[in-house]
Amino acid sequence: MKKVMVGNHAVSWGARLSRVEVISAYPITPQTQVVEELSEMCADGRLDARFIKVESEHSAMAACIGASAAGARAFTATSSQGLALMHEMLHWAANGRHPVVMANINRALGPGWNIWTDQSDSLSQRDTGWIQLYCETNQEVLDTTIMAFRLAETLDLPVMLVLDAFYLSHTAEPVDLPEQEMVDAFLPPRQARYQLDVREPRAFGALVKPDAYMEMRWHLQEAMLGVPAVLEEIEAEWERCCGRRYGVVESYQTENAELVLVTSGTITSTARFVVDQLREGGEAVGLVKVKMFRPFPSAALRDAVAGAARVAVLDRNLSPGRGGIFAEELRAALYAGNGFQGPTVYGYVLGLGGRDVTPEVIEDIVRRTWRAEGPEREDLWVGLNL
Amino acid sequence: MTQIRLAGRVPEQELMTSGHLACPGCAAPLAMRLVLKGLGPNTIVVMPASCWSVIAGPWPQSSLRVPLYHTAFETGAATASGIRAALDVRGESETTVMVWAGDGGTFDIGLQALSGAAERNEDLLYVCYDNEAYMNTGIQRSSATPWGAWTTTTPEGHPEASPKKDMLAIMAAHRIPYLATATVAYPLDLIEKVHKAHAIRGTRFLHILSPCPPGWKYADEETIELARMAVGCRVFPLVEVEGGGLWRVTLDPSPEAVGPYLHKQGRFRHLTEQHEAFIQREVDARWELIQQRVRDSGGAPSDWEPAAGIDEPSRPA
Repeated sequence: MKKVMVGNHAVSWGARLSRVEVISAYPITPQTQVVEELSEMCADGRLDARFIKVESEHSAMAACIGASAAGARAFTATSSQGLALMHEMLHWAANGRHPVVMANINRALGPGWNIWTDQSDSLSQRDTGWIQLYCETNQEVLDTTIMAFRLAETLDLPVMLVLDAFYLSHTAEPVDLPEQEMVDAFLPPRQARYQLDVREPRAFGALVKPDAYMEMRWHLQEAMLGVPAVLEEIEAEWERCCGRRYGVVESYQTENAELVLVTSGTITSTARFVVDQLREGGEAVGLVKVKMFRPFPSAALRDAVAGAARVAVLDRNLSPGRGGIFAEELRAALYAGNGFQGPTVYGYVLGLGGRDVTPEVIEDIVRRTWRAEGPEREDLWVGLNL
Repeated sequence: MTQIRLAGRVPEQELMTSGHLACPGCAAPLAMRLVLKGLGPNTIVVMPASCWSVIAGPWPQSSLRVPLYHTAFETGAATASGIRAALDVRGESETTVMVWAGDGGTFDIGLQALSGAAERNEDLLYVCYDNEAYMNTGIQRSSATPWGAWTTTTPEGHPEASPKKDMLAIMAAHRIPYLATATVAYPLDLIEKVHKAHAIRGTRFLHILSPCPPGWKYADEETIELARMAVGCRVFPLVEVEGGGLWRVTLDPSPEAVGPYLHKQGRFRHLTEQHEAFIQREVDARWELIQQRVRDSGGAPSDWEPAAGIDEPSRPA
């Protein structure tokens, strides 16, 4: 069944179809529609879940962790300041190996107050041990929400799915809603390996001394490194169910491309349009979309950009004192083995705090990259009005 | 000294093991042992950072025979809310979820989450074992530290300058169905309160004074005596508040002066007679406030009768 819905409601529908059992959330713009819709679903019985209306995002994540530790399928959603407030508990969820799923609607951090899209919130949580999946369309949001639970529960890792504020969260698109029966077969009820259970008492999260802590972290790292293979299987199964798959990295028009754009989120859609136009004009330009940021798909990205001479990374985020974060990660990935292998990386910083990234902006970046004789600096700012 | 026979009045089941890591003379393990005896094995414990994070034992050990979830400092009540929800979804609503937090995790960093859970009337038993400072990190003051006390962050010459936060009044203001104070010196009173709390649904709050030999600076063997004196001099009155507003004093021994209680503890060594007189006035004023609350809430004597033959001091008439 097709239904026109905003990205936020695609999250809610994804959670509902996944039959989440415990939801705990605190409202923040632009996430509010996610929890409003879930509240409606719980209130009218379409979703049989407990919704804990907590007093902060920190408590929202703590409650999800508690619910997950007790064996439930737990879900929350947030943005920006809320995600930053959760930071401590994001580590707790990952180290505790609790398969919580969260939607983060990308929004800039203050001050000054800014409710518009910017990836700096989710990327600031890079090192917390959460899988991060960035979405381009509302269909992808819905599909990714459902797949996120399967992925999380297969590996006992928390998953954050990420979508742009307003450009996706508040934009209506047609979404194909899979049948509940199909989702039930794809995502059976959670069977926790270990859970709080009075019939089998265990202690969770106790003091771990130096003789064992490193091994605990090793297991977390191994689980993270196992994500690409597991996600590939999950996506293959999802494709058999409903004909859609996304990949951790998607190559678009990259055959014989000399210049490749690297994007994530909704900028990808605009870049597809620009690439199509330039290809019609005979320019050897391609596009690589990065869906998964953690674990970072180094091998897939190296392969995807291997044939190009120039790569232009479009970063709607900033690590102050460094530059665009996807560009940095890509540069690091290209240093595999014996020094730098591959194309020259141009790291563009653009669209911060919700500034529009139009086809003209992207075309201009392509021109700039063709003309350049190497990057003038590691962070190339786009459209500054100084 | 009067001997009190506990046989038959305290459940025999032991849900806490020996080999735990508490300091000698610590009241906190005794408090846990008694509370778990009152609750029984169908209990899940949530433990934010506190001395008990260590007392419970490092991985892969546990000194509890019930499930235990260690959680972050400020999240006791929120984590427990999530566990409660998961149990309810599974139909295990008979399982008690108990938060076991120190005074730092309750009065200070955990107060927001506790207030949220209490306001939602989550079906939890929240126990604060109160040793009146951040003892696990080496005796730093908390908002539960009494006026005039020495700690490492209220050193000699600059003792604690604020009165102890009135946690009981804060929780009573949330109109939760049950809250009470207790100490390990009156185990029957404590267990009766646990039983009472156990039978009630909604948020229940139990505040246990937990004397700490290294933090309060007294001899290890004087813990029970100090807890008894704290009740006797009304520094820590034993009360309960039911139904969101019915205040009762459950035990009130013949009143003693605060002096001997203070003199037993090195943390009050620097206090002068003038200081003591000030503390006495504050204690008297708070006692009067509690009496006022008892009168305001109907003044009815407790309908709870302690088990016959207990020669603990009786309730006021």
